[in-house]
Amino acid sequence: MLTFKNVSKVYGKTKKAVNSLNLNINKGEFICIIGPSGCGKTTTMKMINRLIEPSEGHILIEGKDIMDQPKVKLRRDIGYVIQQIGLFPHMTIGENITLVPKLLQWPKEKRKARAEELIELVHLSKDYLDRYPQELSGGQQQRIGVLRALASNPPLILMDEPFGALDPITRDGLQEEFKDLQQRLGKTIVFVTHDMDEAIKLADRIVIMRDGEIVQVDTPDEILRNPANEFVENFIGKDRLIQTKPGVTKVGQIMNKVPATIHKEETLSTAIKQMKEKRVDSLLVIDHEHHLEGYIDVEDIEQNRKKSTTVSEIVETELYKVKENSLIRDTIQKMLKRHTKYVPVVDENNKLKGIVTRATLADLVYDSIWGEEESEEELTTLQ
Amino acid sequence: MNAMIQFLNDQGTTLLYKTWEHLFISITAVLLGIIVAVPLGVALTRFKKAAETVIRIVSVIQTLPSLAILAFFIPILGVGKLPAIIALFCYSMLPILRNTYISIKNTDQNLLEAGRGMGMTSWQLIYKIELPLAVPVIMAGIRISTVYLIGWATLASFVGAGGLGDFIFDGLNLYMPELILAGAIPSTILALLADWTLGLLERKLTPTTTSKQSELA
Repeated sequence: MLTFKNVSKVYGKTKKAVNSLNLNINKGEFICIIGPSGCGKTTTMKMINRLIEPSEGHILIEGKDIMDQPKVKLRRDIGYVIQQIGLFPHMTIGENITLVPKLLQWPKEKRKARAEELIELVHLSKDYLDRYPQELSGGQQQRIGVLRALASNPPLILMDEPFGALDPITRDGLQEEFKDLQQRLGKTIVFVTHDMDEAIKLADRIVIMRDGEIVQVDTPDEILRNPANEFVENFIGKDRLIQTKPGVTKVGQIMNKVPATIHKEETLSTAIKQMKEKRVDSLLVIDHEHHLEGYIDVEDIEQNRKKSTTVSEIVETELYKVKENSLIRDTIQKMLKRHTKYVPVVDENNKLKGIVTRATLADLVYDSIWGEEESEEELTTLQ
Repeated sequence: MNAMIQFLNDQGTTLLYKTWEHLFISITAVLLGIIVAVPLGVALTRFKKAAETVIRIVSVIQTLPSLAILAFFIPILGVGKLPAIIALFCYSMLPILRNTYISIKNTDQNLLEAGRGMGMTSWQLIYKIELPLAVPVIMAGIRISTVYLIGWATLASFVGAGGLGDFIFDGLNLYMPELILAGAIPSTILALLADWTLGLLERKLTPTTTSKQSELA
C-alpha cells in the first residue's frame, strides 16, 4: 500500500532530518510512528502527502510514485488530521466535513448525504451539522476533524498527534472510538505520536524512530517483549516493561469466573442475604439466559427497601463492561481512571462470563513484580 | 438661522453638486486604494522580505504633506479631478495595505496547514480561508482610509477638483465664516455617514462563526 524506499530529507547541506528510511505499510494497517522530539517522525509523515518534499528516495502509494502526481490531487486522496484540529471557524460543521468533497466537486445533495452519514459514525446528532466549530467541545471538534479526513473516503489517512491536545479522559474515549472506526472501515493509518501508551493501544505495528532513522518496527507486544536495544527500552520505560505482563494478558485469562450474581426477579431481601453470604456490597444482575442486566449495590437497596420489592425495579443498568479478549492493561487503566471497584466481563451477546475486581489486579501486580527489588515501592504507589 | 435658510436658498443646488463631487473624488480614491492595496497586501504575505520595504515606502508617502503631493501632481497630470484622485489614492493605501498584510499574515497557521493538507490550492486558501477571516481587520483599514480621505478631499479644491473645499477656500478668501461652515459641516456629515455605511457592510461581510449569529441575520 505505502512504501518508503531509501527516503531522506536533508535541510541545508548537512542536517539530515530523515536518513535513508525504508518501510513497507500494508493495506488496512494502523501504523504509529513514535520517537523523541526531533527524531523525524513528523517529517516522515508529512513527506507522504508532500507537505514536505523528500530530498532523496521514493515514496510509493499503491505502487505509484507520489512525486509523479500533482500535489493537490495527491492530498485530496489522502486524509489528514492535525493536533490543533484546524476546523475552519467561519464554516459550519457540515461545510467543514465536506470540504474535500467540495474541492472534488461532488454535487450538493451527495455532499449533504455524506455529511449526515459521517456524523452518525461518531454518535452526534444531525443538528450539529449546522453549528459552528467554536460551539463544540474540544473532543467533539476533533471527532469532526477525523470525519473531515474520512469525507471523501480515502484509503489512507495521516494523523499528526491528533489526540495530543485533549484531556486524558476525552482522549481515552476518542482513541477507542477511532480504533473501532478504523477497523470497521479498513483504513490504512499513519499516526504520529510521542505517547507510548497511545501507540501500544492503537497500533498494529509501531515504528520507533531516533535521529532520523528507524530503530525498531514491530507489533506492540513484540516491542514490549523484545526491545531492540537500550534506547527502545528506555523509551518504553521501565514501568511499562514491568507491566508487560498485564500488557499482553487478556482479561479472560485472569478474571474471576464465578462472580456474585442475582437473578433479576429475586426479591431485595434475597439480595441482601446473598450479599451477606458472599461478603460483597454489590451484585451483578442477570436474566434467565445469563445475560448481564446491570448491578445493584447495598446503598440502592437501603434507599429503596420500602418502595420496591424485586431486584429488577432498582437495577442500575449503566455500567462499564469489557470483553474476554480485552487487554488487561487497558482494563486496569480504566478501572483506576473511573474509580470503579470491578468490571464485569461479557461475551458478544452480553452474556456474563466473569468479573475483574481490584483484588484480581492486586494478585496480578503482585505476580508480575515478584522478585523485583523495588517491589515494596511499586506496591505503595499502586495502592 | 435666517442666514442659513438664505444660504440654502441661494446656494442649495451648488451645495448638493459640490457634495456629490466631494463624495465622487473620495470614493473613487478609496476604491482605487482597495483595488490596489488588498491584492498587494495579500501578495506581500507571500514575499515577506519585500513586505517590510514596500510598507516603509508607503508609510513615507503617508508622511508627505498633502498639499505638497497635490501640487506635485499638477506638472504631471495637470489640474482637475484626476490629480486629486491620484493624490488621495496614495493616502488611502497605507491603512488598507497594512491592515490587509497584518491580518493575512496572522492567519492561524494550523488552518493553513489543515487546508493545504486537504489539497486546497494557494488560491483556494486565499479566498476561502485567509480573506474571509481577515475581513474585519481589512474593513477597519478601509473605514479609516475613507474617513481620512473625505476630510482631505477638501484640499482637492486647490488643484481645481471642486468639492466642498471650494466653499471653505472661498470662505477663507472672502472672510465669510458661513461659507467655511457650509463646506466643513457637510464634509463631516459625509465622513460620519460613510463610516456608518461601511460599518454595516463590514457586519455583512464578516463570516458568521456561531449559529446564533446566523439566526439573527
